[in-house]
Amino acid sequence: MLQTPTATDPAILSVKDLHVGFDMRQGMLNVLHGVGFELHRNRTTAIVGESGSGKSVSARAILNMVPRPGIISGGQILFRPKADEETILTSLDPRGKEIRKIRGGRIGMIFQEPMSSLSPVHTIGNQIVEAIRLHRKVANKEARVIAREILEQVEIPRAERALDQYAFEFSGGMRQRAMIAMALSCHPDVLIADEPTTALDVTTQAEILDLMGRLQRELRMAIMFITHDMGVVAEIADDVVVMEKGHVVERGETHALFSRQSHPYTEKLLGAVKRLDQPADAKVGPEPDAPDILSVVDLKLHFHKRAGFLQRITETTKAVDGVCFNLRMGEALGIVGESGSGKTTVGRCVARVYEPTDGSISYRGADLVAAEKEELKRYRKQIRMIFQDPFASLNPRMTVKQIIAEPMIAYGDAKTQDLEERVASLLSEVGLDPGMMERYPHAFSGGQRQRIVVARAIALEPKLVIADEPTSALDVSIRTQVLDLLLRLQAEMGLSFIFISHDMAVIRYFCDRVAVMYQGKIVEIGETEQIITDPQHPYTKALLSSVPISDPSQRGTRQRHRYVENA
Amino acid sequence: MIWRYILKRVFWMVPFLFAVSIVAFLLIQAPPGDFLTTYMAKLGESNEVLDQATIDNLRQRFGLDQPIYVQYFKWISRLIVGDFGMSFEWRQPVSDLVWERMGLTLCLSFATLLFTWAVAFPIGVYSAVRKYSIGDYIATTIGFIGIATPNFLLALILMYIGVVYFGSDVGGLFSPEFKNAAWSWAKVWDLMKHLWLPVVVLGTSATASLIRIMRANLLDELNKPYVDTARAKGLSEFWLIMKYPVRVALNPFISTIGWVLPNLVSGAVVTAIVLSLPTAGPLMLQALLSQDMFLAGAFVLLLSSLTVVGMLISDILLVLLDPRVKYD
Repeated sequence: MLQTPTATDPAILSVKDLHVGFDMRQGMLNVLHGVGFELHRNRTTAIVGESGSGKSVSARAILNMVPRPGIISGGQILFRPKADEETILTSLDPRGKEIRKIRGGRIGMIFQEPMSSLSPVHTIGNQIVEAIRLHRKVANKEARVIAREILEQVEIPRAERALDQYAFEFSGGMRQRAMIAMALSCHPDVLIADEPTTALDVTTQAEILDLMGRLQRELRMAIMFITHDMGVVAEIADDVVVMEKGHVVERGETHALFSRQSHPYTEKLLGAVKRLDQPADAKVGPEPDAPDILSVVDLKLHFHKRAGFLQRITETTKAVDGVCFNLRMGEALGIVGESGSGKTTVGRCVARVYEPTDGSISYRGADLVAAEKEELKRYRKQIRMIFQDPFASLNPRMTVKQIIAEPMIAYGDAKTQDLEERVASLLSEVGLDPGMMERYPHAFSGGQRQRIVVARAIALEPKLVIADEPTSALDVSIRTQVLDLLLRLQAEMGLSFIFISHDMAVIRYFCDRVAVMYQGKIVEIGETEQIITDPQHPYTKALLSSVPISDPSQRGTRQRHRYVENA
Repeated sequence: MIWRYILKRVFWMVPFLFAVSIVAFLLIQAPPGDFLTTYMAKLGESNEVLDQATIDNLRQRFGLDQPIYVQYFKWISRLIVGDFGMSFEWRQPVSDLVWERMGLTLCLSFATLLFTWAVAFPIGVYSAVRKYSIGDYIATTIGFIGIATPNFLLALILMYIGVVYFGSDVGGLFSPEFKNAAWSWAKVWDLMKHLWLPVVVLGTSATASLIRIMRANLLDELNKPYVDTARAKGLSEFWLIMKYPVRVALNPFISTIGWVLPNLVSGAVVTAIVLSLPTAGPLMLQALLSQDMFLAGAFVLLLSSLTVVGMLISDILLVLLDPRVKYD
């Protein structure tokens, strides 16, 4: 960002004509077909593409740790940290000493899932000290001091204490900081970051991106930043490499690439992002005189932590703390907020998965909180949920037909004979081939699975659908497809939606109104466009300022601010 | 914190053991009749008949004429001060009969546990890391045979092999010359020489199932992202597998302490009889058959206590090993 290295500046790492294949029983399955790109000191190269494009495999190939049964079947990766030092990484023994010296020592790597990427049973300190002692000749005590310093460098509060804590005691953002600290503990020349912010909130993402930029300048690193988010690319990348199905389809300098995309795939990726910058054309909205389908008054859910012999309440977490809103028939209300804001809990209270501590939820005039067994069952038929992770929310041991038919059987809604017919029509309704109903979920892609989840949700012809982050596990281009499907269903079936998301763009595309939640309370509620263009509450402003802008020419024009509530 | 947890758990053992003692006592009383009816039937077989007066006299002396709860309270109140009562059949204090057998049982169980771990751990790890290799297939096959073969059959086969091909003295835990000798180093060595056979027999099926458990658990862990993180640090393949996924997959190993002890004692009765082991199993069976209630009661109670202690040890180890396990 500071310097302006040119093409004459020799690449610190160059990937040339890289081929990677998976040696399967059916023969060689090639996943990379002649991939080539370069990394330069002080520059961030973004590798962009959707899932399955080969981004992560390329990153692992650099460290010569392609997961089995994958093998590097052709090409070369050249590592040149200094003018007179050159190693061909691809020619090293993947278990040998030389490559192990480079892994972690010269080339560091951070991964997407900060929770599962750190060992659950070792302290943070233990893991960082280990990384330091693998590559630097220092005593245990000294390594601990270095580890503490590096934790301070990544702005982890109370670093000394953090060393003795476990990953699960940290929040997602803190874990990712610890991960970065570990990767940078030996001052590598190259940092490979595999979707490091995808699992984080926008506000946390913005902080991590700032941190990485600062550390890059301090350590003069080359960063390879793998992402599927064009907004992030526009914010931080100097160069962009676009990958599709194992090919590099386009590469170039960020500004140039954003102003003139030549390849249709790049255009598609950018188009998907740009479409999300505005409300959907197909948005129906409620009738002007539509009655309320749901009205929530002063909803509270407090979790108590009990301790001691008498099980006294020592700590109360106010997950939801006095939330009021109403939802009109045919309306889509977005609930936005970061993790821990209570947005998911609100959704689950409405579905009566959780028992609210206090408050009332009235659904078409009936009190949902007081509803018992039979009555509740009747309401649950009309209020359905869609979950975030289509990989986890479908039982892998059930066929698609069984999955979709299950609610209908549970509610005695269909005779066995016409079950198949109903499932078939539901599948075609959500844009899937009814011929696939005997297959198991693993045979489907993420987008297709989410369609199955949608089919299951609408099987009972509900009136209200609670969608909890239904698109955040999906690729951008598929995101709009699923949203368009939901919009169509909304228009056809007159559905009302509670749409929970942390993604402002998705909310803007889909929702008529939005409620912004922070620490269990709604801080602002109103028409979506109005809130986005003219936010009133400082938290909403902070949230909006963290959303990456998918236009590199606007980089640095916006002041990011952080919202800290001073109670 | 951990001490509080241990104290709390130990404290809770008391009411639990009390409940166990009630159940044990009721179980022993459940079959019709008592020791005397069994005793008389036995005498009747050899045409000896006791007159009613003697029987009543005996019954009174043993306290068998009293209601069951009185019998229980007599038993339990003496138990608390460490008196297990007299064995009717052996005409000896129960404690004299029980302790040596329990000691040997414990010794055998512990040896078997060590054997199980020592064999199952490396093979399980190997099987997972080299999934679908020839070694994995061999381990899997042997594992399934191990699970499927009844212990007593294995005991007979090994005894046959031992006697016919190696001419070794099998059966029992001691050679005849040591059987009644006082404890000495020579006796300990003799015990070691005899121990391997029951250890192998008793440990095989547990080993086989542990191999399977270890393999399955480790396979789940091997593909976790934190393994990749460790690899990307530059750790060698051997150490990274040992330090991270194996450590996480170790939990079921620790849990085995809990179930291996009771399993060995109760499940091994047949094997112990085949191998004529001087362990608790056969004597307990005998005591149950003859309704020798104090002896049987002592065994049942001690075995239950062992199980509870085993569970406690494994729970404490789990807490120490896995920070995610909460203990409050």
